[in-house]
Amino acid sequence: MSVYLLRRLIQAAGVVLAMSIIVFVGVFAIGDPVEILISPDADQFERERAIIALGLDLPLWQQYLIFLGKAVQGDLGRSFVFNEPALQLILQRMPATLELAFAATFGAILIGLPLGLYAGLKPNSVGSKAIMAGSILGFSLPTFWVGLMLIMVFAVQLGWLPSTGRGETVEILGTRWSFLTWNGLTHLAMPALNLALFKISLVIRLTRAGVRETMLMDYVKFARAKGLSPFRVTFVHVFKNILIPVVTVTGLEFGSTIAFSVVTESIFAWPGMGKLIIDSINVLDRPVIVAYLMIVVLMFITINLVVDLMYSVLDPRVRLDSK
Amino acid sequence: MRNSIRNAALVAASVVVAGLPAAKAQTLNMGVGSPVTSLDPHYHQLSPNNAVSDMIFDKLVSTDSAARNIPGLAESWRAVGPTTWEFKLRPNVTFHNGNAFTAEDVVFTIQRLPNVPNSPSSYAAYARPIVRMEIVDPLTIRFHTAQPYPLMPLDMTNVRILDSETHANAATEDFNSGRVAIGTGPWRVVNHRSGDRIEFARNDNYWGDKPAFERVNYRMVTNDATRTASLLSGDLDVIDQVPTSDLARLRRDPNINVTETVGLRLVFLGLDHLRAADENSPQITDNDGRPLGRNPLQDVRVRRALSIAIDRKAIAERVMEGAATPSGQFLPPGTYSHVPGLEAPEFNADAARRLLAEAGYPNGFRITLSGPNDRYINDSRIIQAVGQMWTRIGVRTAVEAQTWSTFVGRAGRQEFSSFLIGWGSNPDGSHPLRNILATYSRDRGWGASNRGRFSNAEVDALLTESLSELDNEKREQLLIRAQRIAAEQVAVIPLHIQTNIWASRRGFTHQARVDELTRAQDTRPAAAR
Amino acid sequence: MSAVVGQGAPIEDPAKIKVETPFRRFCSEFAESKLALGGLIVISIIIVVAILAPFISPQDPYDLAVLDIMDGRLEPGEKSGDGSITYWLGTDDQGRDMLSGIMYGLRISLTVGAGSAFIACMVGASLGLAAAYAGGKTDSIIMRIVDLQLSFPSILVALMILAFLGKSVTNVVIAIVVVEWAYYARTVRGTALVERRREYIEAAECLALPRYRILFRHLLPNCLPPLIVIGTMQVARAIALEATLSFLGLGVPITEPSLGLLIANGYEYMLSGKYWISFYPGIALLVTIVAINLVGDQLRDVLNPRLQK
Repeated sequence: MSVYLLRRLIQAAGVVLAMSIIVFVGVFAIGDPVEILISPDADQFERERAIIALGLDLPLWQQYLIFLGKAVQGDLGRSFVFNEPALQLILQRMPATLELAFAATFGAILIGLPLGLYAGLKPNSVGSKAIMAGSILGFSLPTFWVGLMLIMVFAVQLGWLPSTGRGETVEILGTRWSFLTWNGLTHLAMPALNLALFKISLVIRLTRAGVRETMLMDYVKFARAKGLSPFRVTFVHVFKNILIPVVTVTGLEFGSTIAFSVVTESIFAWPGMGKLIIDSINVLDRPVIVAYLMIVVLMFITINLVVDLMYSVLDPRVRLDSK
Repeated sequence: MRNSIRNAALVAASVVVAGLPAAKAQTLNMGVGSPVTSLDPHYHQLSPNNAVSDMIFDKLVSTDSAARNIPGLAESWRAVGPTTWEFKLRPNVTFHNGNAFTAEDVVFTIQRLPNVPNSPSSYAAYARPIVRMEIVDPLTIRFHTAQPYPLMPLDMTNVRILDSETHANAATEDFNSGRVAIGTGPWRVVNHRSGDRIEFARNDNYWGDKPAFERVNYRMVTNDATRTASLLSGDLDVIDQVPTSDLARLRRDPNINVTETVGLRLVFLGLDHLRAADENSPQITDNDGRPLGRNPLQDVRVRRALSIAIDRKAIAERVMEGAATPSGQFLPPGTYSHVPGLEAPEFNADAARRLLAEAGYPNGFRITLSGPNDRYINDSRIIQAVGQMWTRIGVRTAVEAQTWSTFVGRAGRQEFSSFLIGWGSNPDGSHPLRNILATYSRDRGWGASNRGRFSNAEVDALLTESLSELDNEKREQLLIRAQRIAAEQVAVIPLHIQTNIWASRRGFTHQARVDELTRAQDTRPAAAR
Repeated sequence: MSAVVGQGAPIEDPAKIKVETPFRRFCSEFAESKLALGGLIVISIIIVVAILAPFISPQDPYDLAVLDIMDGRLEPGEKSGDGSITYWLGTDDQGRDMLSGIMYGLRISLTVGAGSAFIACMVGASLGLAAAYAGGKTDSIIMRIVDLQLSFPSILVALMILAFLGKSVTNVVIAIVVVEWAYYARTVRGTALVERRREYIEAAECLALPRYRILFRHLLPNCLPPLIVIGTMQVARAIALEATLSFLGLGVPITEPSLGLLIANGYEYMLSGKYWISFYPGIALLVTIVAINLVGDQLRDVLNPRLQK
């Protein structure tokens, strides 16, 4: 087990290294940060000074080596735009994004699992047809469009929820969380729903497909034949089996929720990492892009590791140290 | 006794009644479209940063809403010799922490400008002409320059004054954390959450007009549609950068008040002047897609044809929904060194076709028009509209829109034959002349934004002459002559000057500014209707 | 040959007795659901419209010469300035006939959606299978690439690819494939890990069948159900992702709008009541995606070896 973990860690380091090279080359290919950041009326002298100030006068490979040298010491560089350590900038904004992603993921499971179960157990009822039709809406409408419609309906027309931004926060262990205040929750509701829509549909469909398939399996038939209550069959035997794909996908989705919260965060002016990264990409703030991706990659690797570990708990047939 | 109780109750009731809306109006919620990147006023030259700096700090020379110079921390200024400017400072001004403002602070500030570490776009250029500073007395300072320098007061409208004591070793981070975000301005920083919001409290000791609100919640809401929606839902009281697509609706809404003014930002088309007449321009081919063997844009008739083929009125009315004024030059009427009588070129497709034929292109040619899609108001829509109009006179146009991050680099490497770009001028003709119309020269620091590489010796000579002319009338004439020549040569194809638009909820009025800055001191409670 | 009998005999034998070709059986099973049949008809119509767009649309919405901004944002049913066309679904900000725009936009959206989902599915499923089956180093390398890929924001990937290759429909497809393939790989691997431990794979291995045969004839069909669920969703997701990229200014060229770009353009006019610019393309998108999903759901049930009677 510990050998397995160690191997995964070494692999993780390789992934992070590969990622940082891609970002360096990629950002270099997209454009020149100084052209974007500098005041338009700066003369050539000022432009050259800024290029030197940001360390962009060196050849790319040298810039990369300098970055690596500092990264080993835990310094991921300073943001070109904010002149603050990139890591610090991202960590400051991480709670907001985590909060949003957790809310969306829990919402998706809370809503998606029961609906999917119902649709799978009673596939021909009107209710489950309606659920399936509704779930199509969840992933066919572009997020940005749904976001604006939510604001129009719930904030402008009905006035029930605040339109944008994050609400009051409470400080716990040095980080600020807004889900502990009523005001914070009302601000959280719409962006979380917006972000969860796709996932709800996904969970519904996966659960339904899993249930329908499992119900026909021999062991379920056997359990029924044995006279177990339908409740027990459903929630112990069937449920356990369908959890694998649902866990995989929600686990994965949690990662991509964080990576793709960009649109939701910019529509709802949610001060998270997604908004930071889109702003940083727009001005090619390379240190922030690299630091952000490093954190996200590490997060993904951790999540995948946890998912793999959960596999072995949920399904003894999957053994981690295979081969 | 009974009377007095009743009176007290009445008074209390009236206080409650009157107090409710008043208390509500004590905090002003503003939503701005562009993120503020720093509270350090000398770190990153960027309009949103300048707007916030104007709330916290003051400048020697301030500007009114029409961008005219007015006294700021300097009560008066004049050139006392050909190379010496004298500024008389305002007495009895204190910083937020109680420190007095004196000439020492000015010296400190000018010295700090070139010494802000890691600055991606510094204010150092404003310190460069000054070779020596002389404190005559605590409230009088003289700037000595190497050559006569007429732009000194204009330069000083960009320099926010710091406190020599508080900011002696202050780093950009200390400003951002709010710890030393201390100036002489009308607002104190209470809380700064980078990229999200800045909370201000009124500076009750402010030397100028007292702000009308006790607190300001200055929020960055970058998505246009949600900014408008937040105004409609009442979460924001004032928003800037109102999208043109929402204008019609907001104007109709009795609860919304729209204020606007013609700005200083010209949107224009740059043309490839770099490739000689017998070279190929990168994105121009003949009608069959083969290289043309020459650069048609070197022929002034072709440039003029492309200019008059554009129906600027149609673009201003249809694409910009009225939020633009067609223009033939950089500065709007009423601004110093605006060229009198130089109107927006008249739309005439037939004349454009004739000019093309005269120049030897009776069947036109093919060109690609590039532009950003996230920079100027409706930028990608404008290039499509221009593409329609050029195609109609036989210049078959492909339109390519890309994000500013890719676009600006490619434009700077002269990869385009024609491209849309904008320029926000200082209210002085030397500004666009020097940066866009002057010959590109690293040594002189000219033409850094001359991405088409237009070059004209006469324009350069007139600009040189103007830069050492201290007489404002004579200088204006030089700048006007230079701009007129550039316009006759169709150095660039001007399209329109953008209108700056703010919208506020009923109960608030916002003073529109030509310099696009969104500042809380420009919002006042509206007279009850 | 005996191997096939050993593995597939219980299923194939009854089919042979009924003298039915597998294809016929497939068709009749598919037709059991009226909804799915309806979906199939709708998709066929949409595909025909998309293919025939240049011949049946009132206007060529990609030809700048025929557009006129003076006709911009006309309401549905209004006539063009010169009276030559009636814009039944109104016009967008450039004076583009929405009906023609939707017909042409369908072409691009279908190409982008189906094309990228198909390629991503091929690439992702193969790599996912390979990872699960081979295990060890292969598995580690592939899965770490997947990790890397999934953590890159699609916007950054698209921005890089479009910066390297320039803006075009093909490059948007490439960008979406690059973003999405990892998704399939991860899902297929998850299922395949369970499946490869089952007896029928062991049996096939004992018979020393070639690897590719075990992979594609035995392992893959059993991994299909979740793959089809994800696949049909990914067509929709690819179309929506393209719309999002367009919304961020990174999608298809602005003069050749897809449905997504039409919606993104119209989005800005939603607040001012000019609903038709994004409403009608939205409806077209919705109908397309619903139809694809109805067909996909039925396909999944029919193709699923374990649901077969």
